[in-house]
Amino acid sequence: MAEKITGSEALMRALQYEGVKTIFGYPGGSIMPVYDALYDYTRGEKKAFDHILVRHEQGATHAAEGYARVSGQVGCAIVTSGPGATNTLTGVADAMLDSTPIVVIAGQVPISALGTDFFQEVDLVGVAQPISKWSYQIRHAEDVAWAVSRAFYIARSGRPGPVVLDFPKNAQTELVDFKPERVDFVRSYVPYPKLDADAVRAAAELINQSKKPLALVGQGVELGNAQDELQAFLEKADIPAGRTMLGLSALPSTHPLNVGMLGMHGNYAVNLKEQECDVLIAIGMRFSDRVTGSLKTYAKQAKVIHLDIDRSEINKNVKADVAVVGDCKESLPAITALLQKNDHREWRDSFKPLDEKERVKVIEPAIHPKEGPLLMGEVVNAVAEATQGDAVLVTDVGQNQLFATRYFKYPKRRSICISGGLGTMGYGMPAAIGATFGTPDRTVVCFMGDGGFQMCIEELGTIMEHQSPVKMILMNNNYLGNVRQWQDMFWNRRKSFTRMLNPCYELIAKGYGIPYSCVTERSELKDAVAKMLNTDGPYIMECAILEDDNVLPMTPPGKNVDDMLLEVKG
Amino acid sequence: MEENKLYTILVYSENFAGVLNQITAVFTRRQINIESLNVCASSTPGVHKYTITCYCSSEMVKMLKMQIEKRIDVLQARYYLDEDIFMLESSLLKISTPTMLENPEICRIVRHHGARIVEVNPTYSAVEKTGTTEEILSLFEALNALGVVRQFARSGRICITRGTREQLDDYLAQREKERHAED
Repeated sequence: MAEKITGSEALMRALQYEGVKTIFGYPGGSIMPVYDALYDYTRGEKKAFDHILVRHEQGATHAAEGYARVSGQVGCAIVTSGPGATNTLTGVADAMLDSTPIVVIAGQVPISALGTDFFQEVDLVGVAQPISKWSYQIRHAEDVAWAVSRAFYIARSGRPGPVVLDFPKNAQTELVDFKPERVDFVRSYVPYPKLDADAVRAAAELINQSKKPLALVGQGVELGNAQDELQAFLEKADIPAGRTMLGLSALPSTHPLNVGMLGMHGNYAVNLKEQECDVLIAIGMRFSDRVTGSLKTYAKQAKVIHLDIDRSEINKNVKADVAVVGDCKESLPAITALLQKNDHREWRDSFKPLDEKERVKVIEPAIHPKEGPLLMGEVVNAVAEATQGDAVLVTDVGQNQLFATRYFKYPKRRSICISGGLGTMGYGMPAAIGATFGTPDRTVVCFMGDGGFQMCIEELGTIMEHQSPVKMILMNNNYLGNVRQWQDMFWNRRKSFTRMLNPCYELIAKGYGIPYSCVTERSELKDAVAKMLNTDGPYIMECAILEDDNVLPMTPPGKNVDDMLLEVKG
Repeated sequence: MEENKLYTILVYSENFAGVLNQITAVFTRRQINIESLNVCASSTPGVHKYTITCYCSSEMVKMLKMQIEKRIDVLQARYYLDEDIFMLESSLLKISTPTMLENPEICRIVRHHGARIVEVNPTYSAVEKTGTTEEILSLFEALNALGVVRQFARSGRICITRGTREQLDDYLAQREKERHAED
């Protein structure tokens, strides 16, 4: 006979059963029974979890995302009902667009009070449904074991994503005979579609006939842990590969077949070559508009092979000539087995003059400037060189993200945490906190602008409390730089509300007791980076950046992918 | 530009609260108007059936199907043109009984349209018409021209497919096999 425990304790046991170690959360009225149970499960003989008290529920979800991204485990957040729950929605939407496995558990008013505009009542399931992989209300304690297991199974399997559990207070206090459950089958949900042998054959045939193949590597490769399978695939047929921003660490930066980053601010050669290749092989990527530019002209000359675990991605943006639906951990080796060994040196060499053009016109001036104020590219480059590729890169959103992703190096897998699809300013700091818990042995660097730094600035409190070793690089140009760049380039230089009056960040750092330095001179940069990396625990390095530093190259929005600008005219 | 056609989308889902919301959200997101919607339990216990009609392109209906099917608790979504299905719609019209008795033209129109009078009491009578949308509207317009229709209710389309395979059964059988394979 199982013992009777409360729904709240059942939640603790169910989370323990799912292997949860770290919970990011914030208590409140409707989740108090759970927090009461959590008290026992975070100390003493029952200790199962570390609970990280964030300073805002949005931070809890981004931290859970950062944790999930670097560890490959499901991130977990617990919050209260009403505003606690709605504050998580940005993180839920972010995780949905970037396929990040998190489970958010929110308190809810008792089911007897639902629909009465009770204090802190929000129809969380209703609002979360369109932006989550699954949302469910656990109405009674007896459903806890099943719902939690189902939530974690859905979050991590197939194309991962966020799951929201709404947990009314009555279910938290009801007594239940708890028996753990393991859900690993849902009949309406096929997370790993069976490979179609004909599609595999057709894909291999196209690649074997190809003279100018080009692979586009997305985060799906990392999510499927198929980094080795990817390399074997590329190497056998000698296929150059560009990576999406989220897929940057799926293929080491140093790999000879790696031809850089795709997209609006990606590398010049690979963007142009998308318009020249004869076979385009998309692997675990979704042809985001930030990658393709105008769809009307995108890669029209090429046969397109699309490998994705999510059937609904096929033909969504770019029509596939061959669709291989399935887990790339399976589909890549299946195709590789049918590939002929090949040598596309001439095709690969044709990237080099374009790479050289970008190096001379864009990269060198960005990372090794000789005069003028500090540039973001050189700051990123200095940090990348000093960390020697061991660090996890976390960024906020905007120019800081574009420069950081361009100039950082990724020799190791699972090395990047960014908000790609949703472009969530404020993501960086909490995601970096999560990353330090997800991979405690690695250095976590977090590049932020002065805009994004202030969007979740309250999480400095979490960093202070846990001494989370986040190396924060605040690239301050006193502007919302990316919007300012667009205003300068496309909106007649009318800088509408992009100028920022900033606080004294040194005083803020002091308030939180976080070591701080400010770099204004190029000559100080290297030493300042070394000092930051050699200081135990958190650190804020503020850099005074040129105000009108622009991210280049750039494909202007809506233009053809090969209409890439290497310089800003005028 | 391809012309929009009327598609009938059949969706089967588990019987959880909130699935309808998830399905309609796929349409709402793209601001596609649902022409008619019928939801009820299917012949398979625990499975709900949704019959949805909307005007859209063939590309769009494929995308709608994929995105509906992507919802975790949806078992299957399929789409059909009118020639692929046998369909009906049901309607009820409320007419005042004294008016009906005064005007023999009403009963003539009802008979002419193959409709039935299913309820007569001292205050009102109910006329039931089952058929295509056009047939139902034709009856309504004829009676409405006399100014006698007090209420008019239509069910939305229901349909059965013309194919020989019962695809939901096939799917469920396949999944059952896979469940045991994983055990």
